[in-house]
Amino acid sequence: MNLTTINERVERWRQGAVRVQRRSRHTWRRLALLLAVLGPGLITSNVDNDAGGISTYSLAGAQFGYLLLWSLIPMTIALYVTEEMCARMAVVTGKGLSDLIREEFGFRPTFFVMVTGFLVDLGNVVAEFAGVASAMEIFGVSRYIAVPIAGFVVWVLVLRGTYRQVEKVFLALCTFYLAYLFSAILAKPDWLDAARHTVIPTIQFNTGYLLMLTALVGTTIAPWQFFYLQASFVEKRVGPRQYPQARADVIAGSITCMVIVFFIIVSTAATLYVSGHRNISDAADAARALVPLAGRWAAMLFAFGLLNASLFAASILPLSTAHVICEGLGFEAGIDRKFSEAPIFYWLYTILIVAGGGLILIPKAPLWRILVLSQVANGVWLPIVLIFMILLINRRDLMGNQVNSRTFNAIAWITSVAMIVLTLVLIYFSVFHPDAAPGALL
Amino acid sequence: MSLVHATEVLGGEAYDVQGHFVGRVTELFIEPADQANRIARYLLGRDKYLPLLARYDQVSFVAPGVIKLNVEEKDLEHFHPNEGWLAVRKDLLDQQIIDTGGRKVVRVNDIDLTEHRTDGTVELRVADVDVGLTGATRRLLQGLVSPSMIRRLQKQLPTRLIRWELVNLIEPDPLRRVKLRITHQKLEKMHPADLADIMEELSPAERQAIIASLDEQTAAEALAELDARLTSQIVEKLPPGRAADIIEEMEPDKAADVLAGLSPEVSHDVLEEFSREDARQMTALLKFDEASAGGMMTTDFIHVAETSTRAEVVAWIRSKDVKMEQLDTIFLIDSEAKLSGTVAVARLLLGPDEQVVAELKSVPLLSVPPEEEVKEVFELFDKYNLRSLGVVDNGGRPIGAITVDDVVTRLRAH
Repeated sequence: MNLTTINERVERWRQGAVRVQRRSRHTWRRLALLLAVLGPGLITSNVDNDAGGISTYSLAGAQFGYLLLWSLIPMTIALYVTEEMCARMAVVTGKGLSDLIREEFGFRPTFFVMVTGFLVDLGNVVAEFAGVASAMEIFGVSRYIAVPIAGFVVWVLVLRGTYRQVEKVFLALCTFYLAYLFSAILAKPDWLDAARHTVIPTIQFNTGYLLMLTALVGTTIAPWQFFYLQASFVEKRVGPRQYPQARADVIAGSITCMVIVFFIIVSTAATLYVSGHRNISDAADAARALVPLAGRWAAMLFAFGLLNASLFAASILPLSTAHVICEGLGFEAGIDRKFSEAPIFYWLYTILIVAGGGLILIPKAPLWRILVLSQVANGVWLPIVLIFMILLINRRDLMGNQVNSRTFNAIAWITSVAMIVLTLVLIYFSVFHPDAAPGALL
Repeated sequence: MSLVHATEVLGGEAYDVQGHFVGRVTELFIEPADQANRIARYLLGRDKYLPLLARYDQVSFVAPGVIKLNVEEKDLEHFHPNEGWLAVRKDLLDQQIIDTGGRKVVRVNDIDLTEHRTDGTVELRVADVDVGLTGATRRLLQGLVSPSMIRRLQKQLPTRLIRWELVNLIEPDPLRRVKLRITHQKLEKMHPADLADIMEELSPAERQAIIASLDEQTAAEALAELDARLTSQIVEKLPPGRAADIIEEMEPDKAADVLAGLSPEVSHDVLEEFSREDARQMTALLKFDEASAGGMMTTDFIHVAETSTRAEVVAWIRSKDVKMEQLDTIFLIDSEAKLSGTVAVARLLLGPDEQVVAELKSVPLLSVPPEEEVKEVFELFDKYNLRSLGVVDNGGRPIGAITVDDVVTRLRAH
C-alpha cells in the first residue's frame, strides 16, 4: 500500500466519520437544544400566576365579568417585550441583571435595588404562604399544619436538589396550571362573549374599574421575575447560538401565562359574576363560591390550582431573591455551595421562608394590610427595575448591535410610565379611599 | 505607613501648593507598565472646565476627603484618555476579579491603599482589594456619615481582603490586556479543576479571554474539566488552528468528546487542522456511540508482548513519553496481537528483572467490544474493582482502554 492510497483512505474515513456524526446528531440536536433551553421563560411566566395573581384574576372575573379580558393582549406584549430584554442581556453579556446593575451603576444604586427587592419579595412570599393556607383550608386542612409543612418541603426541595432536578419538578408543576382550563370548561361560560371582550376593549372611568386594571397589570408583570429569568438563562449557559430557542421559550411562556389568566377570569366571570356573587375577597373565597354554581369538581380544581401556584412561587421566590441579593452585593451564592461557604445566601433564603410562613401563623395578623403593601411595593419597584433594564440594554458597549429596537424601547417605556401612573393611582386610593375596592387591592 | 481607602480619596477635594482649590478627585490611575501597584495619576474633575491630572510626585498629602499638591495648578497636565492605564473606579470597583489565592471569582468593594512618604511627596500603593463587609459599608455610607465614624464602625466588621499580588484581573479585550500587562501566569499554576470552576463563574467573553491567553497544555486541562456545553461554546469561538492545538493536547477520549460536542461544520474545520495521525485516531473514536464502551475509551494505552520480561517492559516505558494517566495498567498481547492479559503497573515494582510479564497478569482476563453498553462497563468496574478495562475488536485485538476516571466522570453525569 503506497502513501497516496493510505492518505485517500484516511480522508474517506474522516469524511465518513463526519457524515455519521452529522446524521445521528442532526435530529437529536434540534430537539435536545430546544429542551435544554426551554424552561426559564416558561417557568418564570407561570410562577407569575401566583397566589396574589390568581386572587386578582378571580376578582376581576367576579366583579367585572368578561369586561377586562381585553387587557390580556397588551399585557402579553408588555410581558414578552420586557422578558425578551432580559433573555437578550443574558445571552449577549452572560451576566445576571444584578451583576450588570452593580457593574454599570455602582454600589449604592445596587444596594437600594436589593434592599427594596428583599422587602418586596418578603411581602410576596407572605402572599404565597397565605395562598397555601387558604387553598388547604378548602381541603379541610388547618393552616397551622399546612404552612409549616409547605415551608419545610420548599426549604428541603431546594436545598437538597440540584438545579436540574429542581427545574424538572418545576416544569412538571407548570402542567398543573391546566386545572384552570378544566375549571373554566366546567363553568360553562359564554365563549363567544368572552372572545368578543378579549378583542374589543371596553374602557370605563370609574374607580373600581381602574383599580382592578392596576392590580391586573401589577400582578402580571412582577419585577423579581426579570432577575430570575436572566439568572436562569445565564445559569443554563444559553449562548448566542441558542438565542432563537431562548426567545421561543419566552414567547411560549408569555402566551401560556396569559392563556391561564384568561381561563381564570372566564371561570369566575361565567359563574360568580353571572349569578351575582360579586362580593368575594380572594381566590379561596372564589373557590368556595364556585361549589353551588359549577359543582364541587370545578371548585376543587380551582383550589388545587391555587395550591400549586402558591407552592410553586414559594419555591422560586425566596431562592431567586437570596441569589440576586448576594450576586449584586458580592456575597457567595448558589445551592451548590455549602452553608459555611455561602452563609449570607442561606440565611437570607431561610429568613424569607421562615418569616414569610411565620407571619401567616400569627393569629389575627394583619395579612390583608401586608398583601396590599406588597402589591404596592411591587408596583413601585417595577418601574425602577425596568428603567435600569432599558438603560442597560441600550448601551452599545455592552450589547453591541443587539441594543433595543425603537419599537421595543417604546413598549418598554410605555410599560414603565403606565406602571408609575397606575401605582400612583393605587397608592392614592389605598391611602385616601381604602374602602373603594378592598378586594381589588389584593 | 498609614492606610487610606480608594472610596475615601475618590470624591475628595484637591488643593494646590498655595492652598487654592483645584478640583475633586474623580479617578485614580495605575500605570502597570511602569509600576504594578502605584497610583500614578489623580484625575481632578473641575465641573465645566477640562479635567487635570496630578502625577504621583506632585502630591504631598493625602487624607480621607482631601489631597494636597506640591505644585501650582498651572503645572498640572491636561487629561488625555490612555488605554494603558488601569482606572480604579471604572476598571476595579464593582468589577469581578480572580482571587488566585482563594481560587475563586470575587467582586471588588473597595481598594486599600498604603501611603509611602519620601521627601515632600506621598505615594499611594495598592495593598489589598476589599471584597467584604467593610468595603461594602464604606461604599454605602461614604459622604453620608463622617469618615471617622465609618472607620469606627468598620472595626466591628469582619474583613475580607485579598493581597494585590494575588489578584488576577479579567479583561476581555486582548489589546487592552497587553497594554495593562495582564498575564495569566498565576492561573496557569492553579489546578485545572479550580481553573475550570473559576471559568464557570465568568461571562462568556471573559472565559474566552482566559482560554485565549493560557498555554495550550493548561487550556486543554481546564477545558477537559469544564461542563461539556461550555467547552463546545468556547472551542467554537476559537480559530480552528488554535482549537486543534488545544484539543490535540487532551487525552484522545476527552478530545473525541469535545469534537463530538461541536457543530458538524466546526468539528470538520478543527479536524482539518489536526496532524494526520491524530485525525485518524479521532475519526476512529468519533464513530462510536457516546453511550458505548467505544465512546468512553482512549486509544492511548500501553501494550507489550506477553513474552517480554519485567526489565524489558520497564526499560521500554522509560524510553517512551508516557503520560502518567496511562501508567496504571499494561495490556499484554500474544503473537496474533490478541489481548492476552493485563498487568497492574504496581506489580512490576516487585519481582525479579527476568520474570516474564505474562506471569504477573491479573485474572480473569476481561475485555469488552466497543459496542458494549456503558452500563455493562460500569458493572464490570464495580464487580471486579477494576482500574482499567481493555476494549477489543471482533478479532480480539486491543483497540482502546477505559480507565476508572472515565467511569467516575460518566457516573457523575448520569
